[in-house]
This record gives sequence, structure tokens and C-alpha cells, in this order.
Amino acid sequence: MKLSRIFDNRRSWAWPYVLFLILFVVLPLLLIVVYAFTTPGGDFTLHNFVQFFSTSEAVNTFIYSIAIAFLTTLICLLLGYPAAYIMATAELKTPVVMSMLFILPMWINFLLRTLATVELFNMFSIPLGEGALLYGMCYDFLPFMIYPIYNTLQKMDRSLIEAAHDLGANRREVFLKVILPLSKSGIYSGVVMVFMPTVSTFAISELLTRNKITLFGSLIQRAFGEGGLQMWNYGAALSLVLLLIIGLTSFFGNKDEQEAQSVI
Amino acid sequence: MFTEMSKSSFIIEVNHVSKQFEDGKYALNDVSLQVKKGEFVTILGPSGCGKTTLLRCIAGFQVASEGDILLKGEDITQTPPHQRPVNTVFQKYALFPHLNVFNNVAFGLKLKKLDEDTIIKRVKQALKTVGMSDYEFRNVDSLSGGQQQRVAIARAIVNQPEVLLLDEPLAALDLKMRKDMQLELKEMHKKLGITFIYVTHDQEEALTLSDRVVVMREGKIQQIGTPTDIYNEPVNCFVADFIGESNILSGTMIRDRKVNFCDKEFDCVDEGFGENMPVDVVIRPEDIYIWEVESPKSKDRPADSKQEDLDPDDRVPKGKFTKWYGVVESCIFKGVHYEMTVKTEDGYEFMVQDYHEFVPGTQVGMLVRPEDIQIMKKEHYRYNYFEGEVLKNGKVRFLGAEWEADADQTAPFAAGDKVKVQVPFREVELLDYEDEGVLSGEVHYLLYKGNHYNLTIRTDEGYDLLVNTDDVWDHGDRVGIVIPPSAIRLMKGIENGEWRIEN
Repeated sequence: MKLSRIFDNRRSWAWPYVLFLILFVVLPLLLIVVYAFTTPGGDFTLHNFVQFFSTSEAVNTFIYSIAIAFLTTLICLLLGYPAAYIMATAELKTPVVMSMLFILPMWINFLLRTLATVELFNMFSIPLGEGALLYGMCYDFLPFMIYPIYNTLQKMDRSLIEAAHDLGANRREVFLKVILPLSKSGIYSGVVMVFMPTVSTFAISELLTRNKITLFGSLIQRAFGEGGLQMWNYGAALSLVLLLIIGLTSFFGNKDEQEAQSVI
Repeated sequence: MFTEMSKSSFIIEVNHVSKQFEDGKYALNDVSLQVKKGEFVTILGPSGCGKTTLLRCIAGFQVASEGDILLKGEDITQTPPHQRPVNTVFQKYALFPHLNVFNNVAFGLKLKKLDEDTIIKRVKQALKTVGMSDYEFRNVDSLSGGQQQRVAIARAIVNQPEVLLLDEPLAALDLKMRKDMQLELKEMHKKLGITFIYVTHDQEEALTLSDRVVVMREGKIQQIGTPTDIYNEPVNCFVADFIGESNILSGTMIRDRKVNFCDKEFDCVDEGFGENMPVDVVIRPEDIYIWEVESPKSKDRPADSKQEDLDPDDRVPKGKFTKWYGVVESCIFKGVHYEMTVKTEDGYEFMVQDYHEFVPGTQVGMLVRPEDIQIMKKEHYRYNYFEGEVLKNGKVRFLGAEWEADADQTAPFAAGDKVKVQVPFREVELLDYEDEGVLSGEVHYLLYKGNHYNLTIRTDEGYDLLVNTDDVWDHGDRVGIVIPPSAIRLMKGIENGEWRIEN
């Protein structure tokens, strides 16, 4: 009787998810926070953060990673917006083929793709390094920029564009005054979706620069992977810093997006 | 300015404009229209008739495939929309969601780079005109449909266009709101003095608002005239049927001022149709006088004999009018009047509107004044004509299919001969199941002719076929088409690419 009543109550259906979230999201996060503020012995300390901010190499890597992520996002935006615009507006005879071409690389394993990119660079004897890194990042994350923008552009009422023309706007003015402001929400989603993973990635940089360039993600990875147990606390502090940055960007992104949507 | 005006007395001239789409279908087919400055012209027609395409060609969103469009005598056929001094009010408002009311209305003025004071003054003036003065800084999403439409109108008129184009602007509003907006639009038109070109499928709206109405069907203009002209003197069955309620009957023009329909002769006022010419007759239901009669009239009763009619109010005009008789079959109260269906002794049905109620079963007499009988030339009479070819197997190919024909019909022709095929409207058979027909198609248009239906069947290959039938079909019904061999007549075919018409 009691059991069936529990199942009748729909709120109880949420328990497995709550359990899952506690086990795999909240607890690990708490662990990171705890590790970040403790010594390997378990005493409270701010040493991990002090160590990070006082090591110029670490801070530089951090700034460099953000710069690379920012640049990747910018390039993806500059490449992705026109692509999304063409897909959404041009009366393509094969829009499916077009979107398949963009989505198809994502079916292939991420590491495999990156390794293939490395081989591509080797084949043409182009030295690996910063350029290769940017190339690889854009290549991997471009679809995440295109899709949100494509979606907003596609949903846009065509008569708005006609109305702008009708009121005397030439093509450039129509784009700047109507299409661009109305696709803001798509741009925000795209930016967040590209920026967040690029700022924390390490595999791409390791493979495409042969470890010549260290990104912040690699720093964390090394702290946990190679540094031994003593380094976990330091790694946790680094993760926390990154988490804060990602949190802030997505918070502002969301805020702007909400604003954009409330205007719409 | 004067020289510009003197070029042409019309503000908009549409000359032989056609618009063909990629699939080869014509959205507009040789459309010509002149609009005077300050006029309120309505383009009216059912959906798909090309009215919106015509408006979009004038606005510049679509470019005519043939013909040209002049504005104040200047060719604007190829001019992009942002360079035309016309503005459009869109069906679904198309207000910019990222801008508030003020900025929506100011959009066009800001593009013209006017100074801020002028912009503010003109936006306020425009919002005042549409009665939206206090809404300047409201979000357009927070407005009701009617309010959004007002803002859309303000956004257009603030630019002081030469011509205001309105694409079914009231279609999305509810009935009451629509009626109010109609009156306001008419007021606005008077006050602003701008030329209005208005597109609608609502005939009542067209009659209420316009100085002139343009009735369109399938890319062609059927009739242009004042609302009264269009209503009282429709040029064909389509216009008569589309505008208001009407009784449409097949008849014969015996001679000038004398027409026969429902097996009776009537005086009328039309001339010049020739003698014994098949015509279509239109009688508006409100033009029929109706009164109760005492006893069932026998069939052989002379039409103009004296009678013991009950007409206590003396409503029915005296004089030598042709009268006809019938029984009321149904009677519906419509608010101001009653709408009755009366079936005559000969099986014709009439729709009659009167302020008096005649309950079903009542024996009634009817008459119509000669000036209320509208006579129209018949566009098609009794027979379909198709282009055909005699085949080796003795069959005939037309309408994109092969048909059996009687041997005596095919005998005079050799295989490969081009022939003209004649098929009577009456003898085409329509089947419920499209698979059972030689061809399939759908009911494209239907007209009730008092005692039978005249259907236009459009085959899947795009040919039209006229059919007379007593069966009831609906618009859009899928049908199978069968033409019995006995119904097919073959005549000599094309000479010099043209039909030799033999009557």
C-alpha cells in the first residue's frame, strides 16, 4: 500500500535524478572545493591559490588559454555566422546536404579527428604550433557556433526583412538593424558553447602542438595525472579558478541572452 | 512637380503584368490596372487568385516577369522596394520585436536621417492618427492584435508614402474589431488623402471600404468597378457568386429585353446579346418579391393569369410582371431578414430574402423587376472542347489520357490526326473513387445553377473540365473522371495553329 502510494506521487519520480545529481555533480564539486582549500594533510589553507597566483607561468598559461579561447570563439563567429546565414536564407536546393556536411565531422571521434588534423599538417609539412592549435580548435567547435545561429535565423519571420526593405532600408541596413539584432540570442548561445569547451580543453593543444604550447586544461590534467597525490589539491584550486571563469561567462551570456529574449 | 504629374493622371499604372513562377504556373496573367491619386482600391479574390502577388509586385518584393508598373508615370518595375515611395502594411503586422512602439514607427524616418525633433513630431502625429498616442514606449509584444495593427499602419503612414499598400491587414482580427477598424481605415484614408491599395478575400470588406473593387481569379482580373457596379452588374458567374448571395441560372436571351429561364419568359433591360443566345442570369435574393398564395397552382396555369394572392400589405409591385410559384423549403432568421429556399414546380431552387417570414410548406408566388435581372454572356456553353489526337489503336488522346471513342467518330481520321474533341458538360461522369476513373482530379470550382451544379474539375495534369451534374460535390473533393465513348465527338483539328470554331 505504502509503496504504491509513493509511486503514485509523481514527485517521487524525481528521486533517481536527485540522487544522480548529488552523487555525480554536487559531491564532486564539493570535493573540488574541499581539496582546493586544504593541504594534502587535510588542513585548511589558501596556499594552493597563492601558489597559482604567484607562479607567473601558471598565470600566463591561464591568460593565454583565455586569449586562445577568445580568439577561437571570434574566428568561429566570423566563419559560422555567414555559414548559418547562407544556410538559413539562401534558397538552397539541398539544405539537408549542407547541414549534413557541417554535422558529419562530429560523428567521428574527437581524438581521431584531431590526430587526422595532425597528419594533415604533417603531410603538407606545416609546422605544428599556435596556428595548428587555432585551426584545430575552430575545426572542432565551429558546428557549435553555426547551429544556434542557424536556428534563430531560420525561425525569423521573413516579413520582418521585407518590412525593413519596405521602410527604406537597403540590404546592409536590413542586416544591421533587423537581422543582426534579432539573431543576438543565437550568437550568445554559440559564443558560450564554443568558449566554454575551448577554455578547458587540453587534448587538442597536446596533439596539435606536440606539447609545445601548454593550455590551462593541460595544467590541470598534469596536476592530477602526473603530479601524484600531493598535487591534487593544487589541481583542484586550478579547476576552481577555471570553473569560476566559465561560470561568469555563461552567467553574463545568459543574462544577455535573457535580455535579448525579453526584448524579442 | 507639375511636369511629373502631367505625365500621367494615374498614380499607379499596372500594364499587362504577368508573373510566372518556376513551375510555369502564372500567379498573374496579363493584369492591367490604373489607380488614381487618392483612390481607395481593393483587390478582391479567393486565396490563390494572385491578389497578394499583384500587391507584392507593386511593393517591389516580387518582380513582374512581363509588363511594367508605373508610379506617377515613371517605370518602377525593376526598382527595389526600399527605393519606392510606397509602404506596406503586412498581414501579420511584421513589427520589429526588438524595438518598442516608438522605434518601430520611427524606423523609416531614422533611415532617412531626419533630425530628431522632426522624427519625434512625426512619430507622435502618426501614433495620434491611429489612436495609439500613449503607447510609445511599450513593447510591441505586449500589445493586442488590433493595437499591433495600428502600430503597423502608423509605421507605414509616418513615411508619407504616395501609395499605402495593405495586405489583408484585418484578417487576423476578430469580427467586431475588424468592423471597427474598417471604419477607422476609411476615416484615415479620407483624412490622409493617400492612395490606398487594399488586398482582401472578404467581399463585404471590399464593398464597405473601396472606391473601386478589382475582382481577381486565377491570376486574371475579372471585373473592375465601383462596389455598386460589381454587386449589381457582375460580368460573370464567378463575380456574381463571389460577391454577395445570388441565384445563378442558365437561360436564353430570346431577343433584346426578353430572356427565358426556368422555362418562363421574363422582361429585362439588357440588350445586345443577339437572339436565342445562351446566357447566365443572376438574381439577388433580396430582389425577389415573395408573397403567399392560397392554393397550389397547377402547372398549366398561365404565368400572367389573375390570381387570388394574399398580399395584405400591398408590398408586391403591381404591373405586368412574370410571376412564378413554389413551396418554401426552409426558412432561416438572419437578424434583419429571413432567408428562404423556395423550390418551384419545375424543380428550380431559389434563395429569397425578405423581412417577412414564410414558414416551410407555404405556397408562395415570386416576381422580380426587369431591372433586377442581371444577364451575363455565357463563357462556356454545354460543351468542353479539347485538343486531341487520334491514335493507332483507335483511341483518342486528350487531357493527357487515352479514351475510347465510337468507331463512327474516329473513322474519318487517320492515326496521328489532330482533332478537336467535343464533350458535353452533362455527360462527363464523376466517381467517388478517383482510382476508378480514367483520370483523376478535384472539384476546383462549383456553381449552383438553381436545379443543377456546374463544376469545374481540374485534372491532376492541370486541365480544366466542366461538368453539369445533379449530384452534390464539395470544393476540393477528389473525383475519378469517366467520359463514355458515346459522349465524345471529334471534329477537324487545328489549322494554322488555331481552332477553326464551328458553331
